[in-house]
Amino acid sequence: MSTSPVMQTPQQVADRRSGGPHTSMFLRMLVRAAVLRRGRAAAALFAMVVAAAVATAMMNLYVDVQAKLRTEFRNYGANVVVVAKDGQNLPADALTRIESALGPKALAVPFSYAVARTQDGKSVVVAGTDFARARQLNHWWNVSHWPNAPEDALIGMRAAAVVSPNRQPFDLTFQEHTIHLTPVGLLQTGAGEDSRIYLDQSAFQNWTGLTPSTIEIAVTGSTLEIEQGIEQLTQVLPTADVRPVRQILEGEANVLNKTRATLYAAAALIVLTAALCVLATLIGWVFDRRRDFAS
Amino acid sequence: MFPRLVYESFRRQTRRKLLAGVAITLGVAVATAMIAVATDIGDKINHELRTYGANLVVTPQEDTLDVEIGGVNLKPPSDGAFLNEQDLPKIRGTFWHHNIVGYSPMLPVTANLGDHAADPVTVLGTYFSKPVHFGKDDVVTGVRITHPWWKVRGTWPDDDSPDVLAGEHFAAKLGLKPGSQIRLHGKPHRVVGILSTGSAEDDQIVAPLAVAQEVLGKPGAVRRVYVSALTKPQDAFAVRDPNTMNPQDRDRWYCSPYVQSIAFQIEEVIPHSHAEQIRQVAQNEGTVLSRIQGLMLLVTLAALFASALAVSAAMATAIFERRAEVGLMRALGAGSLSVAALFFAEALLLALLGGVVGFAGGSLLAHQIGRSIFNSQISIEPVLFPIILAIAVCVTFAGSAAAIRRAVRLDPVFALRGEA
Repeated sequence: MSTSPVMQTPQQVADRRSGGPHTSMFLRMLVRAAVLRRGRAAAALFAMVVAAAVATAMMNLYVDVQAKLRTEFRNYGANVVVVAKDGQNLPADALTRIESALGPKALAVPFSYAVARTQDGKSVVVAGTDFARARQLNHWWNVSHWPNAPEDALIGMRAAAVVSPNRQPFDLTFQEHTIHLTPVGLLQTGAGEDSRIYLDQSAFQNWTGLTPSTIEIAVTGSTLEIEQGIEQLTQVLPTADVRPVRQILEGEANVLNKTRATLYAAAALIVLTAALCVLATLIGWVFDRRRDFAS
Repeated sequence: MFPRLVYESFRRQTRRKLLAGVAITLGVAVATAMIAVATDIGDKINHELRTYGANLVVTPQEDTLDVEIGGVNLKPPSDGAFLNEQDLPKIRGTFWHHNIVGYSPMLPVTANLGDHAADPVTVLGTYFSKPVHFGKDDVVTGVRITHPWWKVRGTWPDDDSPDVLAGEHFAAKLGLKPGSQIRLHGKPHRVVGILSTGSAEDDQIVAPLAVAQEVLGKPGAVRRVYVSALTKPQDAFAVRDPNTMNPQDRDRWYCSPYVQSIAFQIEEVIPHSHAEQIRQVAQNEGTVLSRIQGLMLLVTLAALFASALAVSAAMATAIFERRAEVGLMRALGAGSLSVAALFFAEALLLALLGGVVGFAGGSLLAHQIGRSIFNSQISIEPVLFPIILAIAVCVTFAGSAAAIRRAVRLDPVFALRGEA
């Protein structure tokens, strides 16, 4: 008769005996079922894994796609515009204030405008801007060459026909001050920009003495986040008018909502089908073993 | 004997057949709905993208430069060239006229307000929702179609009336409300609504085109026309110059709804005009459209995959249950071929039945999705029906094949004793 090397209380022994064989038998049935019916088990497992993967992928896609599309929609350019109120100027540090208020989710581009005269007395709108930022904001601008020197100008298609038909350097006058410009690039947008001449902001300011009067901002985020952004801007720039660009905001909201709704319907259908697949597999699995349950 | 076997199998095992049939029907319905939505989503989103407004602008060929800052035009109003209002309905006569959703002529003029002696105000003449007649076509066009983000508090003016809209900033400055009276160039006009656009029009008066023409003293004059058209995303072929193409290429270019070819056709019908794409709207359309289409393609593939999986799983289950039957048939001397033929015949019947019902259900589902999301029909191509049916049969066969092979291989003795 063997004795147990470790003394156990009667309670411990009872626990071991009641729990032990029971658990191991259950495990054994599970393991044997999986091993003996390898094909069946693998098929069921495969169906479950695939169904779960498809369902998870759809849900992920549904959540992720909105952020992806929002970034895509920012290609439409600014959705918020800050302009100086009548008779007032934007503060000199407006751009810094906007950037610190909105953080990295916004891209702000300053614009200043003046009406200058060409040598033969025609009026033309000249705008000063930060080319690096404008390039990032306005993806749709069709530019033959971006300027990089201070006297380089980017001229709109229609303005070019008036001020520099042969791409020769030209002079512009603003309140007795004359600037000599070289047209390095042509700009085509199909809108008002085509009639303007764009200069670097510092060159523009040296020439006209005017500071930016408009700041165009592209804010990425949901409608709510953009509204909050507008509110923040109104607080940090009390002398300015902060306006949402309704054309862009409403277009985006509309297309995004429709896409989201379609995707939602599709995701629901796919998850339903995946569930059906799991159901069919499990029904088969159970039916197959009816005898094992002695039913 | 064979048809009888199939018939009896359906008659006696209605419940099991129903289970497999339901799986096929649901799978086919989901696949049909998704394919229908995916093939139509481009059109639908293209329509939705029109909420961004016009993608083409038509100006006079010999126009002078715009001198405009922040929506305030500094150019003398009578300066430059004009288009003729009478020519505009011809836009509906272009090759792609069905793709033209709407157009709005614009005529900005400056006017003095009679009793407010202050600054002159810009009056923008346009169509609001004007019925236009061209050939056999009767269409309604104007800013309510091309500029859907324009919101009016009050009512929209009638195009034939002298009533006007006041931009919201302008109205706030002068304390105008819907129903107020203003005088433009000495004539009284009723403000019927306050307009909010989020851009330059907020500081202007927007009036029926005839009112602006009268202020300018040039009947029929139009400064520019905004055209909203459904276009095909631009590709390398679209940007080629039609004048350098060979006749076949030129025909193909002309008959594709690229924004460039629509602009070209508008220039053809409106004398002395220059039509150009508004790049902000036109260029981005293609990107957004292809992204959404790509996304739907991905989702459709996932849906097809999930339905194929569901159908296969259901079929495998249905056949596995009938091992004893297979054993009996084999014991009675049936060859593997005839047993397999029986199962395949049953699968074919199920697939066809489920396919037809599923296609009908899927069409209904697509219709509902179209109605509830896009407020319009999702059209289902009839050619989809045989394709869907073929896919249903293939998937059902593929799903059954493995199960049938195993059922046929079973030793009849074990199968009959239920030991397999």
